[in-house]
Amino acid sequence: MRSQFNSPIIVLGARFLAPYIMVFGLYVIFHGHYSPGGGFQGGALLAAAILLIRVATGRRVSRLLIKEFATTPLAVIGVLIYFATGFAAMITGGYFLDYGQLPIPGMEPMWLRYTGILIIEVGVGLAVAAILVMIFDNMVKGEDYA
Amino acid sequence: MKYLKAFIMALFAALLIYAASDLPYRGDPGNRMHDQRSMVDSPVAGNYYIQEAYHDAHTPNIVTVVLGDYRSIDTFGEQVVIYTAGIITLLVLRRSRRRFS
Repeated sequence: MRSQFNSPIIVLGARFLAPYIMVFGLYVIFHGHYSPGGGFQGGALLAAAILLIRVATGRRVSRLLIKEFATTPLAVIGVLIYFATGFAAMITGGYFLDYGQLPIPGMEPMWLRYTGILIIEVGVGLAVAAILVMIFDNMVKGEDYA
Repeated sequence: MKYLKAFIMALFAALLIYAASDLPYRGDPGNRMHDQRSMVDSPVAGNYYIQEAYHDAHTPNIVTVVLGDYRSIDTFGEQVVIYTAGIITLLVLRRSRRRFS
């Protein structure tokens, strides 16, 4: 999206606001154990920060943040983190996605479940953020997003 | 036709208000959903979640335990749905070559 209005106020506002939205998104992901939140909401907030930069400043600046071809591998990595967590629990003798059997030494099953929930939340957040940015990039690609 | 639409909307609103007037009060311990045994005398899943979530996963947020641990295959399916939506936009909307014809 070529910036049709070269307004420094909009660019400055987006540059000021985006890091705080990103920090809040990471907070929402990593505090899903204690407060409302989780991977989906935090991933949507991360994607909102990236898309704010994309809409406000155009392609030349926003590709410094995350490149267009990097979104698809990040989505795949996010899904694979989730699947690998469940599969690692399965090959070490448990059920699929039974975090009590994760191969991390020196932890009780209670804390293994705690850690497993955190790992899959990170995977969900990564996948959701990457996929929302990917949808935006694909939808504006035919336009004047030169 | 305009009056018919307005009449249908009023009728629908009246139906929703009538349905909402029969809902149980919030926090009433005698509600059916707060019973430990269901109508057919089987154990209720939500009762187990509330009582055992902290002991199983050591997480104070019960919703996170239900979404991430007890029902994690459901969450995995949701993530696959979102991934499929992204891949479909990639396949449908992306043009690799501009055609002149």
